[in-house]
Amino acid sequence: MTAEAVLPAPYRVAGRVVETADSVSLRLEPVREPLPEARLGQFMMLYVHGVGEVAISVSGPGPTHTIRAVGAVSQALHDLKPGTVLGVRGPFGTSWDVEDAVGQDVVIVAGGAGLCPLRPVLADVLAQRSDYGRVTVVAGARTPEDFLFPHELDSWATRHDLDLLCTIDRSAPGWTGLVGFVTEPLAGLDLDPERTRAFLCGPEPMMRACAEILLAKGIPASAIRVSLERAMKCGIGLCGHCQLGPLLLCRDGPVVDYTVAGPLLAVKEL
Amino acid sequence: MVTGEPVVLDRAGLGELIDVLIRAGYRVIGPTVADDAIVLAELDSAECLPAGWGVTTAPGHYRLRRRDDEAVFGHSAGPQSWKRYLHPPRRKLFDASRDGEFSPAPQENTRYAFLGVRGCDLAAIAILDRVLGAGGHPDGSYRRRRREAFVVAVNCTEPGELCFCASMGTGPAAGPGYDLGLTERIDGGGHRFLVDIGTARGARLLSEITTRPAAAGEIRAAREEVTAAAGRMGRVMPGADLPAVIREARESPQWEEVASRCLTCANCTMVCPTCFCTTTEDVSDLSGDHAERWQRWASCFELDFSYVHGGSVRTSGTSRYRQWFSHKLGTWHEQFGGSGCVGCGRCIAWCPAGIDITEEAAKLTGGVS
Repeated sequence: MTAEAVLPAPYRVAGRVVETADSVSLRLEPVREPLPEARLGQFMMLYVHGVGEVAISVSGPGPTHTIRAVGAVSQALHDLKPGTVLGVRGPFGTSWDVEDAVGQDVVIVAGGAGLCPLRPVLADVLAQRSDYGRVTVVAGARTPEDFLFPHELDSWATRHDLDLLCTIDRSAPGWTGLVGFVTEPLAGLDLDPERTRAFLCGPEPMMRACAEILLAKGIPASAIRVSLERAMKCGIGLCGHCQLGPLLLCRDGPVVDYTVAGPLLAVKEL
Repeated sequence: MVTGEPVVLDRAGLGELIDVLIRAGYRVIGPTVADDAIVLAELDSAECLPAGWGVTTAPGHYRLRRRDDEAVFGHSAGPQSWKRYLHPPRRKLFDASRDGEFSPAPQENTRYAFLGVRGCDLAAIAILDRVLGAGGHPDGSYRRRRREAFVVAVNCTEPGELCFCASMGTGPAAGPGYDLGLTERIDGGGHRFLVDIGTARGARLLSEITTRPAAAGEIRAAREEVTAAAGRMGRVMPGADLPAVIREARESPQWEEVASRCLTCANCTMVCPTCFCTTTEDVSDLSGDHAERWQRWASCFELDFSYVHGGSVRTSGTSRYRQWFSHKLGTWHEQFGGSGCVGCGRCIAWCPAGIDITEEAAKLTGGVS
């Protein structure tokens, strides 16, 4: 590995926002020279001193990374206090190529933490809103309290140039919105198969179910992109962990066209 | 690849070759007998070579045997390969301080000379060159060790029971990619080595030791012996379009059958000369101020290998065997432009269950029911 690719660059936690009971957003600033800016959909390797390193998507400017505490390293990242120094490598992997969707209708479907890498996609689309046709966001969470970026969801909900459909898995006290998986509101959408680009991220069964719905609506697999996750140790195509069939997801992913991803996700334990 | 006419080195000359390499600053690594096997180790002199030793191999079986001559390269692949030197089993990646100072592990400056690299293993090094030494983010430490390495290859005249380099197109003749290529000859004319010169560096080194020009008949006889070896392979890999066959066979019941025998012990990946997967270990001292990141070999047979939050992707032995086999013979083509298998037969010999990669491939291609 070249020194740059294997050696983390020091970054400092400049801001920490608690998103949910187990998730925080960390805004980072470089201690020295900044790394190249990630393209939408690429990921960084975040290293916590002496604990370990994990692949994390970019969820906002700064850069900002949103972390759900699900393991030893993500728990340690979650617990970092502002001012703490951590190591960052990257950016690595493929991009959503949102530019391809210019002039098209955009459908974003996010399940749970899947909203993290899609939030900058939506921000980008909204920043150039007139370049796109209809924009629809379907976001799902287990409970109302599990929605990431609740303030932004609220502000997106008030926009007239964006259809936002939020749904929770099971009914909950005080929730007057949609109940059920993201597949339900997605199935109800009237989409133009000729001019729709879909961006999906969430648990694999969710992405597969959503892609099937979109395919059934006549949207070609090539217009559907998914962001996939596998174990990653190096992030640069050398450690072998992130294989999904012929793909090395750190190199050929995380964003993969559904023409490629579909047949691979259909095989159990591939 | 051949630079200049082949020359002949006698048995004493092989010792000179080792001495000259050592004097030139190389650590000479070659075959030697240890722990009832022919292993790779640092050689001080030609005395360390496994003179008169051969091996008998079979699925799940490897034994030394006495030869009736004093051949030093009269054995097929042992449990180790050159990857342990080019891609070490464990190495430090960096030191880190709590305040964010990251220092790369000091660059070692060992220069290796590999003595006795077979065609299969030379092809394996070429594969590692593509996997680790090329691509968007090459492994700089691999590239340095590789660039410095002096390679003395050996054409194989005695394939083993588990060898199938001929069907993988990697042997029995070694090359390209060596500095010097030897063909060991023992007959009425004595014990000697025909030397093909692959590089100017090889030629320079050879000029420091005693050789004589090779007679046309000697060259022809050596070539014929190597060519004939191709017909004595103990195994053969089916000639089908394996990537396509394997892609179509993702849901084949054959994976369950082989998994019922596979112990998921990872031996095949450890002995494979091209299996390159690694994982990392993060450690810190008692104060927690100083931390280190280490890289070590890993295997797709480990349950942890595919662990993401919530569990491992490949929990069944079936899926892990399928991953190894499919990667080695199938998806490796898509990832790195060729097969990941060189036909050395190590994975068959060192599988405690005696699973035979050629037999499994034949079953998938319909060659064996």
